[in-house]
Amino acid sequence: MRRFQLMGLLALLAACSSGGGKGVPVQPMPVMPVPEPREQTADQQVTHALNRLAFGARPGDAARVRALGVDAWIEQQLRPESISDVAFEQFLGTNYPTIYESPAMLEQRFTPPGQIQNQAAARGGMTRADSVRLRESQQGIRQMTAEVQSSRVARAIASERQLQEVVTDFWLNHFSVYDAKGPRQRYMLGEYENRVIRPNAFGKFRTLLGAVAKSDAMLFYLDNWQSQADNDRPRLAPPPGGRGGRAGAPAPARRGGLNENYGRELLELHTLGVDGGYTQQDVIAAARALTGWTLRGFQQGGGFQFVPFMHDAGQKKFLGRTLQAGRGLDEGEEVLDIVAKHPSTARYIAFKLARRFVSDTPSKAIVDRAAATFTRTDGDIRETVRSIITSAEFFSRAAYRSKVKSPFEVVTSAARALGAAPDPTPRMAQAVGQLGQPIYGHQAPNGWPETGDQWMNTGAILNRINFGMQIAAGRLPGASPLGFRDADMLQTATRELQVDGVVAALLGGDVSPDTRAVLVSGENPLAQSPSGGAMGGDPAMGGRGGGRGTGGGQGIGGGGGRGGAPLPQLRGLSLVVGLALGSPEFQRR
Amino acid sequence: VQRRYFVKSGAIALATMGLSPTFLRKMAFGMPLPGAAKGKILVCLFQRGAADALNVVVPFGDKSYYQLRPAIAIPAPSSSVRSALDLDGFFGLHPSLAPLKPLWDRGMLAPIHAVGSPSSTRSHFDAQDYMESGTPDVKGTADGWLNRYLAASGTCEQCKVTPFRAVSMAPQTPRILQGNAATVAMDSIDTFSVRTGGDAASRLEALYRTGSADIVQGAGNEMFEAVKMLRSANPQQYQPGNGAEYPRSQFGNRLRQIAQLIKSNVGLEIAFADIGGWDTHVNQGGVQGALANRLDDFAQSIAALTTDLGDAMENVVILTMSEFGRMARQNGNGGTDHGHAGSMFVIGGGVKGGKVLGKWPGLAPEQLFEGRDLALTTDFRSVFAEVAGGHLGATRMDALFPGFRPAGRLGLL
Repeated sequence: MRRFQLMGLLALLAACSSGGGKGVPVQPMPVMPVPEPREQTADQQVTHALNRLAFGARPGDAARVRALGVDAWIEQQLRPESISDVAFEQFLGTNYPTIYESPAMLEQRFTPPGQIQNQAAARGGMTRADSVRLRESQQGIRQMTAEVQSSRVARAIASERQLQEVVTDFWLNHFSVYDAKGPRQRYMLGEYENRVIRPNAFGKFRTLLGAVAKSDAMLFYLDNWQSQADNDRPRLAPPPGGRGGRAGAPAPARRGGLNENYGRELLELHTLGVDGGYTQQDVIAAARALTGWTLRGFQQGGGFQFVPFMHDAGQKKFLGRTLQAGRGLDEGEEVLDIVAKHPSTARYIAFKLARRFVSDTPSKAIVDRAAATFTRTDGDIRETVRSIITSAEFFSRAAYRSKVKSPFEVVTSAARALGAAPDPTPRMAQAVGQLGQPIYGHQAPNGWPETGDQWMNTGAILNRINFGMQIAAGRLPGASPLGFRDADMLQTATRELQVDGVVAALLGGDVSPDTRAVLVSGENPLAQSPSGGAMGGDPAMGGRGGGRGTGGGQGIGGGGGRGGAPLPQLRGLSLVVGLALGSPEFQRR
Repeated sequence: VQRRYFVKSGAIALATMGLSPTFLRKMAFGMPLPGAAKGKILVCLFQRGAADALNVVVPFGDKSYYQLRPAIAIPAPSSSVRSALDLDGFFGLHPSLAPLKPLWDRGMLAPIHAVGSPSSTRSHFDAQDYMESGTPDVKGTADGWLNRYLAASGTCEQCKVTPFRAVSMAPQTPRILQGNAATVAMDSIDTFSVRTGGDAASRLEALYRTGSADIVQGAGNEMFEAVKMLRSANPQQYQPGNGAEYPRSQFGNRLRQIAQLIKSNVGLEIAFADIGGWDTHVNQGGVQGALANRLDDFAQSIAALTTDLGDAMENVVILTMSEFGRMARQNGNGGTDHGHAGSMFVIGGGVKGGKVLGKWPGLAPEQLFEGRDLALTTDFRSVFAEVAGGHLGATRMDALFPGFRPAGRLGLL
């Protein structure tokens, strides 16, 4: 439509020129795509892009994006392979040696404690050597889990490929797995994140879906590795080892049978969405088609394998189509093909991406447009994301600071604003957990909430404010409260200048007059309130003891669970930083 | 979002009623609030993941039960401790629920069987959503039914005084309490405070003083009010009563803190906590095993809460729920897949317990829902409505459960 307007304008100009009688030949101008008008100011666009397409701005980021141009920066971020990240990759390799290892390798290195105990029991009891082995293995598993969790935070803080990290975060949440599903799950997380999700985060959806379906982590988490043909169904092959039966005949009664868990979540959460137009019969058909998709034993090197004996060889009807029987692995692939191409999937993925990037309640127009792109490009994630993040809606006034940060975003954006180095200890990851989003700690397969009403409540805001205070007090390793640009110079500056500097570094230079007034005021603005004294200086408050204990979470700031040491009284610039981190503006992106 | 009403009304009420921290502190040491109505309290406990009702309230008198579950059934009551605890000659409790048996014996425990959502969904998320919104098969409902209760009965003077009228012992406000009426979510009482010295706390408070309809501002404003009030009540001094011993589990801790809040007289009317781990697709076990371990924690925690509260249980109802039951037949992995109807417990001094409520549909093949699950004979809204009406005195049932007409009364209260 805009294009028509432009052509009309050109025609008008042409008419004027020729009418002007100057005799200048009208050049046939190429019709350029006209950028849609953007409601946000140029500075807001920079802040907005860094808040939504990165985990916030580091010192100097805003200037760099402004110099390059927001659109060129977005284009660069959409092609992570074009961005050099050598320094950070080196940091990763040095500090997190286990995150690229295969689950089988890790399980061999860190024997599951239960296995050590069982072996010992079979031999008649734990020996001293067993105890040592058990302790070493437990320690190794803790270390491995901590590496997976903290490398995720480190990437969000320090990788140059920020949009890739944001999109990876989106897919890890879309294809959520839970570290405490069972003792084997923890070994599978590094591979899942680093070899299954991240390399496919910008690729074709079907490729990503297939990689997830065959991943150790998902096969284990949603039980498909142990799903097999029910006993009254024909199987594709006789049992391994040739005991009785033959292909096509019902197997002799044995332990095992269909498990619908993955089949259901595949449709409900990973592809069509709960209203995507499928029935319980479709769930069962998908689960039957995917029988035999299982895991090799760790002794055999682990990983995906298809076991014909487990596969239900009968014909299935799935979403109105007949899956021809007897094709084994291909039937599951066909199920994935069908759901990846399904219009409900295009809509569901488009909706979730728009909700992530633009607004808790994205307009139908932007979802439709993204869904159309998804369909037209055969599920190309990069193009679908591009259609959303270059749209007028993305840069609308309504979208600006409309999203409430997740705990992961609170921690990583604070660390980035303060120029924090990625921290090789698990402390930052623990802080994310203590704010209510333990990494790989979401038990249900629907992932963490995406909307502000689910993240924001009285307890959440308290925890976020306390987190800001801890950083400002210098209690988060790696993050100095005065690590932002010009902080040194500002230490002795006037309060006004200090506030300007902090607001520029932490809040994109943009706060409400109310917030600014509180930051600037050197004295207690609630001096009359009896509450001020009552709340101040209470030594009883500690870090939040790790309720779930993912990665052995303890209080932030050293030595802590409950009742950690009181924070020192903040003064000067640190206090302004603490207040800014606790401000309503910092809770949003 | 237009929520967060209490902030202004609450602060004003505190001021006009002249409530001082000293006054509240006196209450914390057990002095009753003069002239205050005896508040009724509802404690809602959600078993997330779909608890296997057939192994919780065991229908040992139904012969199909043992055919459906050869490996995981709970044996009929016998002298062995590895068997169901007989209730009425037909139903029994899982042996891990032994801590609740005294409540049954005293007529304070009413199990309800074959209860749940009329929706046929077998999705955890949908089913939890329906149970919490109170509107089965309607996804667009914005608020939870407990929040609608709070909003509909918001004229109660005592209730409006306190930010702690409705508390979720949870990191996030659960669906059941989301909505227009203000509620508090907290992970634990002792970390519910601003951790800073000097004037930073009051300046942080000033950042949120406008308390607008904005979700972040509103949450911050409510939080500062709540912190002050809780501090005044001084719950750190808490010792459980009557020798109650809570399990050292997350669930046990949460129930202990609900008891703390109740005894601190901060005006609690609705408390919520949840307990996960019920999605037993694999190796759920029978008398022992994964499900038994969950039930240990569940029952010991609830029993400790009732012991701790003692006579105060006269004014308390504990309501347990889970999004659906599990398949009647065990699956191939020694577990159970998603099913349909389930069971609930209603516990309290005013509860007409000592009998298993609800019509039993039977477990014969032709009696099963869709040929596989326990059929539904009681809509969960019937239970919720009776508790909300009979215990809390709710009158606006049309607001709580739009379009719902209960088929009949269970006679819970």
